[in-house]
Amino acid sequence: MEEEKEVEPPQQPNHHNQDLPQVLVLGSPTCLQTLKQLYSHKFRFLIPNTSLHSLSAPLSSISVVICSASFPLTASVIGLLPSLRLVVTTSAGTDHIDLNECRCRGIQIAGAGKFFSDEVADMAVGLLIDVMRKVSAADRFVRTSCESATWSFPLGYKVSGKRIGIVGLGSIGMEVAKRLECFGCNILYHSKHKKSTVPYPFYNNVLDLAATSNALVLCCALNEETRHMVNREVMLALGKEGFIVNVGRGGLIDEKQLVKCLMDGEIGGAALDVFEDEPNVPKELLSMDNVVLTPHCAAFTTECIIKLCEVVARNIEAFLSDMPLITQVNIG
Amino acid sequence: MESIGVLMPYPTFPYLEHHLQSRFNLLRASTNYTTSIRAAVVNAVHGADANFIDALPMLEIVCIYGIGLDKIDLRKCAERGIRVTNTPDVITDETADVAMALIISLLRRLCQCDLYVRSGNWKRQGSFPLTTKFSGKTVGILGLGRIGKAVAKRAEAFNCKICYHSRTVKTECGSYKFYPSVVELASNCDILVVACSLTVETHYIINRDVMNALGPKGVLINVGRGKHVDEAELVSALIEGRLGGAGLDVFHDEPDVSQELFGLDNVVLLPHIGSATVETRTAMADLVLANLEAHFLAKPLVTPVL
Repeated sequence: MEEEKEVEPPQQPNHHNQDLPQVLVLGSPTCLQTLKQLYSHKFRFLIPNTSLHSLSAPLSSISVVICSASFPLTASVIGLLPSLRLVVTTSAGTDHIDLNECRCRGIQIAGAGKFFSDEVADMAVGLLIDVMRKVSAADRFVRTSCESATWSFPLGYKVSGKRIGIVGLGSIGMEVAKRLECFGCNILYHSKHKKSTVPYPFYNNVLDLAATSNALVLCCALNEETRHMVNREVMLALGKEGFIVNVGRGGLIDEKQLVKCLMDGEIGGAALDVFEDEPNVPKELLSMDNVVLTPHCAAFTTECIIKLCEVVARNIEAFLSDMPLITQVNIG
Repeated sequence: MESIGVLMPYPTFPYLEHHLQSRFNLLRASTNYTTSIRAAVVNAVHGADANFIDALPMLEIVCIYGIGLDKIDLRKCAERGIRVTNTPDVITDETADVAMALIISLLRRLCQCDLYVRSGNWKRQGSFPLTTKFSGKTVGILGLGRIGKAVAKRAEAFNCKICYHSRTVKTECGSYKFYPSVVELASNCDILVVACSLTVETHYIINRDVMNALGPKGVLINVGRGKHVDEAELVSALIEGRLGGAGLDVFHDEPDVSQELFGLDNVVLLPHIGSATVETRTAMADLVLANLEAHFLAKPLVTPVL
């Protein structure tokens, strides 16, 4: 490359594509198209067609991986990448990554940080009002109702002024709390640790929180302690006029029990953006009017995607320049 | 008070009917009892027009189970010395909540997302397309009364900038920008929320010019009255892409809704559920009962309009 120093035509960003740092992309992140549009002049994105072994580049040359929330970055996958040094996940959550393995291997992890918080909080509030006031059910009703003299649609439940139990008071949980406070709601929370700087009443377990709340909004990370934290007992405590909103991870709720409680009328309703086995959703839910189901899209707005791509790119650039990561995830 | 005739021409709410029945002589049709009817409990949708009032010579009080006055012949009531009460405040929060639900549902396409999952498209087609962020947008409110202020307070929590148009400048809302006309308001906001009362001046206040000013990226939210909006113009603005979307809880001729709206993806259509919660209907009923009792016990009315 050093021999011929010709003037490069400026309009050929891919001219030295082979020289660009390689970035392996796993799990088809939603931001991939935008990422390629914005950053193909800086990085060479390697996207496996089928399995990792279908890649043209040798796996041993990969030091940077971008990974979406839907790709389980297990120890065995990490084992196929002996030079891996940086994982950038396009989600705020890291439950799909074997953090232990990364720690042992000295692999750094960068997450999507707090960039999603507004979007997810907006969606959480939208889902809460929807399920309590039956908004999407009402829209379906209007579009399909036959001619009649009056509309006869069941009453919903008031949102304003209610007691809302937030599970996980991280950046998303705090944004949800801030919004619902202005609806006159009483905010209560459960988190791993009590937060001395927040004014809301703390409950050290989800069961007690559920017993005193009109609705639970799940905003926490999924890990061994939080798996199935919303179980049958919690749902019964929440009660027949209680509601659940989940914008965390499907695994936070015992999904089989959720279905049973909904079918038996033990809880008022549920609004779910996440499920245990996406994109599979328990078929019983598909015909219920007191549930709202969304395809894991709480974070994904056009505005957010561009920001996300920037965060991903800046983290990779920081790594390549031996600088501190922008949104490093602390894995101990 | 069991002998006092109270006419309730349309069904309201079982809790209210039950209490009216136990405390008064509740009548559901006026034909044979016109001289014993001293009170009427009506809803805001059907109201009480001149004919209705004329048919009841002994009518002393009209209690609206609702807030809207546009269907009440207030002039006739004033002439006859008939008192009128409604149920303000109790529906403020609920209606503001529905306005927020319409905004988020519209921008984040919650109804389409839900359908995407129910229809199996999430499995077949993968990720749902990107939607539009709500936080940080500019919300324009038409009518900064109780409901308008409640919407503003909620939207502020989403980091929205608030602007408004009202009959008068609200000096207590100094941080919200006032625009002297609806078109200017529409030109300067992303989301226009109609929260004013329906009067002669506000009939079709949302017209073609306003919709064009709101534009292809702007959305209209109506929790006022259907007749605030020129519905035919709305349909063509939406179909032609001159207006980005609409979230409607009220329509011109409920329950008839312009059929063309059903085929649109960028609308949310609700069957006038602004105040449709168990809690609110109970509170509204309690106000009606309290006003009736106050009147017949010669005490001051709780929520008089006239």
